Amino acid sequence: MTQALAECAGVSRRFGHFAAVDGVDLRLGRGEVVGLLGANGAGKTTLIRMLLGLLATSAGEVLLFGEPPSRRTRQRLGYVPQALGLYDDLTPAENLAFSEAAFGTHPGRGGHRVMPSALPESLRTFSRTVVGSLPLGVQRSAAFAQALAHQPDLLILDEPTSGVDPLARARLWETVAVAAAAGTGVLVTTHYMDEAQECDRLMVMADGRVVAEGTAGQIVGDARVTVVETVGTGSWAPAFAALETAGLPAALVGRTLRVPGADPAEVRRALGPIEASVTGAPATLEERFFELTLTSSRTKAPT
Amino acid sequence: MTAPSPGPAGPAGREWWGTDEASVRYGDRLALDHVTFRAVPGRVSAVVGGDGAGRTTLLRCLAGALAVSGGQVRLPAPLRIGYLSAGSGTYPDLSVTENLSFRASGYRLPPAVAGERSRELLERTGLAGARDRLTGQLSGGMRQKLGVIASMLHQPDLLVLDEPTTGVDPVSRADLWWLIARAAADGAAVVLATSYLDEAERAAGVLALDAGRALASGTPEEIVAAMPGTLRVSDAPPDGEARRRAWRRGGRWRVWDPVPGDGAGGLAGAAGAALVPDLQDAVTVAILARELAGARAGNGGPEGGGPR
Repeated sequence: MTQALAECAGVSRRFGHFAAVDGVDLRLGRGEVVGLLGANGAGKTTLIRMLLGLLATSAGEVLLFGEPPSRRTRQRLGYVPQALGLYDDLTPAENLAFSEAAFGTHPGRGGHRVMPSALPESLRTFSRTVVGSLPLGVQRSAAFAQALAHQPDLLILDEPTSGVDPLARARLWETVAVAAAAGTGVLVTTHYMDEAQECDRLMVMADGRVVAEGTAGQIVGDARVTVVETVGTGSWAPAFAALETAGLPAALVGRTLRVPGADPAEVRRALGPIEASVTGAPATLEERFFELTLTSSRTKAPT
Repeated sequence: MTAPSPGPAGPAGREWWGTDEASVRYGDRLALDHVTFRAVPGRVSAVVGGDGAGRTTLLRCLAGALAVSGGQVRLPAPLRIGYLSAGSGTYPDLSVTENLSFRASGYRLPPAVAGERSRELLERTGLAGARDRLTGQLSGGMRQKLGVIASMLHQPDLLVLDEPTTGVDPVSRADLWWLIARAAADGAAVVLATSYLDEAERAAGVLALDAGRALASGTPEEIVAAMPGTLRVSDAPPDGEARRRAWRRGGRWRVWDPVPGDGAGGLAGAAGAALVPDLQDAVTVAILARELAGARAGNGGPEGGGPR
């Protein structure tokens, strides 16, 4: 078996009595893009901090490139934190020069001069603007360029495309795909299911554990929801209220209501005399994710 | 632009709130350029666009917080509007209950009514246990939920929410959408800004903005139907000129052909299969079309001088 870029075996991290990460196994190979999904508090950030070597494990083993995380493994790692980790009062090029000096990739004497080629075309237009004055999408490309400048073997992205338009998001993912095609392994956390579809494989975390793993299709499996369609403008409102009263909370999508975790007959009963078509439909990844997270919190009831 | 019937326009004679050809100028910059938008009671409308598109400017106009430089706005009385500004609009050094009672007094709600409604909404969205915590200590998702509850406490006629779900995890997002649906079920015209098209697809009406102008408006289905040209999907990016009309989605490549049937643009023979677009595709095409037109007008130069 070829060596994994990142490997976790039975990794746990406790804070007092609270298990933030609880027996997680993970293996990330060359060129693989793995998405980490989970609600707040599911353990994603704690897991990433252990991979980065910023936090010790309470149990289990983390290996990066076959060895425990250290300053040496950090050199082969690119990381884009949620807050981007750029200095607002430096230009993208100055940020890049600083980061290259820190990584020792440009150990030139005197001032660290950055090759213009190190900055992608789209950023050169903004070479004289400080990061704090750049549009968010451009700031994100600058952070990506910086994380990739030392050609890392492993790239870790935390919520990489929050707040940008769909074309800018697609372009950022092109950058990720190019790095992956060159062999870089990518671990990415996201709250957005559309972004999750860009990954080769997903891991769903809840309450510190991995509760599902596989492609988006495998995770959704044959999960279904019930769809309620009423006729006429605003007519969904009484159905919404009736389902709420019956303890079947519905999600509003356009003018239809979607009820996860309930079968059509149950929903039909809850609607009583309200006129509506009630059918089953395949669940979306988000709906399945929601169900997995709820099931986990129910089975792990407080003692 | 003249939008005869943007998405959220209801049946004839029905009430609406919104703008007609509204423009907002900040110095030399036109942040909003003749935008027409309708919010209809009992419906959720989404305003989409990236950073700098003009979403926040339009929402501030709808909240009555910003005067237009041109065009018209039609709004309910100030006390009948609920507004959540980007970044949650709550006081970090007040507790959850203190934030809500402060807002309720601003809306001149009787304390008993405010207390009852706060209790119900906090309980339903899993915030009841956090009642006495300082807002600054809440997670991002909890703070956003509190912000939305605070802005709908008085059952407003128009509820304006600026990016309520950005950066929020899916579980809190479900609670936020429950609040949004609840406000609409109670009869409010709800407007929310988002940068996520899968979220906008849940709205009954959508306005896509780019550089202060309306790119597309209507129901998600209408926007998709109005998309010019055709889309193909391919496993690899196309070569040559068509590369500029291609983008990555779901691990594959979308290629846009502006002229229907003109599939010759760089796709080798059977490499691309025709694709039925969704809202995200249609809006991406609109942004791309504008970008390509801008590059042509600007002699192919880089995107300098673009909307900032």
